[in-house]
Amino acid sequence: MTKPVTTQRVNTDTPLLHADGVSSIRGGRVLFAQLQFALYSGELWQISGANGAGKSTLLRMLAGLLQPSSGGVFFNGHKLAAYRNEFHQQLLYIGHKAAVKPELSALENVFWQRRLGGDKSAQLNDERDWDVLEQLGLLGLEEELTGRLSAGQQRRVALTRLWSSTAELWILDEPFTALDVDGIALLQQRFKQHLDNGGSIIMTSHQPLGLADLPLQQLTLAPLQQEAMSE
Amino acid sequence: MWRWLHPYAKPEATYRLVDKLLPWFAAFTVVSLAVGMIWGLAYAPADYQQGDSYRIIYIHVPSAIFSMAAYFAMAVMGAIALIWQIKTAEWAIPAIAPVGAAMTVVALLTGAIWGKPMWGTWWVWDARLTSELILLFLYVGVMALYYAFDDVRTGAKAASILAIVGVVNLPIIHYSVEWWNTLHQGATITKFERPSIATSMLWPLLVSLLGFKLLTISLVMMRFKNELLRHELHRPWAQKELSADKELSDGV
Amino acid sequence: MNSWQLWRSVLAKDLRIAARRRSDALNPLMFLLMVVTLFPLGIGPGPDILERIAPGIIWVAALLATLLGLDRLFKDDYNDGSLEQLCLLPEPLAYTLTAKVAAHWLLSGLPLVLLSPLLALLLNLPVDAWWALALSLLLGTPALSALGAIGAALTLQLQRGGSLVSLILLPLFIPLLIFATSAVENAGMGLDVHAQLAILAAISVLTVTLAPLAIAAAVRMSMN
Repeated sequence: MTKPVTTQRVNTDTPLLHADGVSSIRGGRVLFAQLQFALYSGELWQISGANGAGKSTLLRMLAGLLQPSSGGVFFNGHKLAAYRNEFHQQLLYIGHKAAVKPELSALENVFWQRRLGGDKSAQLNDERDWDVLEQLGLLGLEEELTGRLSAGQQRRVALTRLWSSTAELWILDEPFTALDVDGIALLQQRFKQHLDNGGSIIMTSHQPLGLADLPLQQLTLAPLQQEAMSE
Repeated sequence: MWRWLHPYAKPEATYRLVDKLLPWFAAFTVVSLAVGMIWGLAYAPADYQQGDSYRIIYIHVPSAIFSMAAYFAMAVMGAIALIWQIKTAEWAIPAIAPVGAAMTVVALLTGAIWGKPMWGTWWVWDARLTSELILLFLYVGVMALYYAFDDVRTGAKAASILAIVGVVNLPIIHYSVEWWNTLHQGATITKFERPSIATSMLWPLLVSLLGFKLLTISLVMMRFKNELLRHELHRPWAQKELSADKELSDGV
Repeated sequence: MNSWQLWRSVLAKDLRIAARRRSDALNPLMFLLMVVTLFPLGIGPGPDILERIAPGIIWVAALLATLLGLDRLFKDDYNDGSLEQLCLLPEPLAYTLTAKVAAHWLLSGLPLVLLSPLLALLLNLPVDAWWALALSLLLGTPALSALGAIGAALTLQLQRGGSLVSLILLPLFIPLLIFATSAVENAGMGLDVHAQLAILAAISVLTVTLAPLAIAAAVRMSMN
């Protein structure tokens, strides 16, 4: 059984996002079973576990991309399926596939991210996009096709969404992958900012978070030695 | 999820039910098929135009009808699997598809055999034969898709979606082929569509229809039992079932 | 931002990307042109026989060219994660995906229509039938794109889905082939073609309305 390691909780209202008895069975193998998890506004959760423990699967379930094999995920106390519209307006999910188009320039990628994120005032060559690119150290590369950038630079282009989005809840799968030390520090500062503004973050990472003042909570997915059960 | 349906979403309960019903279906299949075939092939009067060769309708027509019906049933199972996420409905797809495809092949073969004395050739682009051929392609697509995925559930979902798309298209395909046929082969006499049939020929046909229906259902049930056991192999009830079968066969 | 603006954004993004990878859209068209060229070479350039079989050849080649171009419809987006971002938009997936299908049609269906006079010329189709050919392609290709999208979405997870896509889709294309070729033939003989074109339009409307549900279901299934 997977036991969430909980620290003291200040907020006792309805959690922003909670998973109730969520299980994942894939190809007859149980990844995790009967998982309980609750996230309140302003919290940062790190989900850890060995390779193949089901971290990404759990994130995708929490984001509503995957249907849990059993149990349910709730946003503000509402079942995701019934509350999809509101939930997805408040959600920013960046998977390990970064959704960056190699055929587009960094600037174009940022523009379309903003556009599809629901920002109708977004323009190509937006002043705000230049700011974001500057913060992420991508100035001078903005016209370059993203496919020609290095892996770390491409990752930075993907992460610009953390600056351009207004979503309350971030679900990030291995956000630090391919980033250098500066990039990691930059990202953690952004996390801090987001949490201070009342936002929440769920993320997976193999790396321990460096900032001491980040109020980190941890959920560890332990390997299960159990045969698959039906239903 | 429908409450009353719920017990049968449990594979074990489904298995018990199918196991209980199968002998009855099998017995009635044998009886009705034997009566229908012997009556139709030996005792029904010969056709004044086609002589004895028309008798193949007692196989051709039922197999053609139930090849279509099986596809429809498969699509219904697919819809149940998709909407209510019932696993046993997913497993019905690999149980039905090969049986339906086999019926389609029987319809095609008997059609070809009938065509030889009628038209002097094994294959004509007759509307019904063409429709059956396309139906066979649809079955092949569903089966190929079902087995293409590593994850069985994904394969089942994909096959369900395709089966439903196919069932929506089936009438369109059917009528387009018929339309095409009248357009290009207006001169050919279509022996398959008989406006009327003598009662003495109709009764054996109805019995054969019943026989083929029961045969289709029985075959599907047998395959479905296997699918249930295959997917639940690690569960105690399946283990028990298999060892009981083994003892039985050892004893004999 | 309202749904219509979002729809246009999805479409515009796909077109922009396609503009950067022109060969993806051009290759199926070149393929079509070559297949059509092969027939006179294979059966002899007699104008009578070419005229007889031209509608069939052009439409069969168009079906094959459609199959060839399906790979790029969702695969890139699936591999780079853009497709899961579409699943996470507040708008229904069945709706947003129609923008991608529309982009695909603009890049594969519409060029077929524009190319049709050249094909008609090569195969000696009577001039009376040219507009029928163009119209049959214009009315039929939206259904091809929509059905094709179902096949493409169903096989997203498969590494080598190409042959399977053909297996799934070709039977579903048959009604379009029948009515379209019949329209072109009739036009060549100076007969009425309204019935065929109306049926083609009906099939397209039906397909374009219903297929998005299947496409969305298949894409969600592929998110596993």
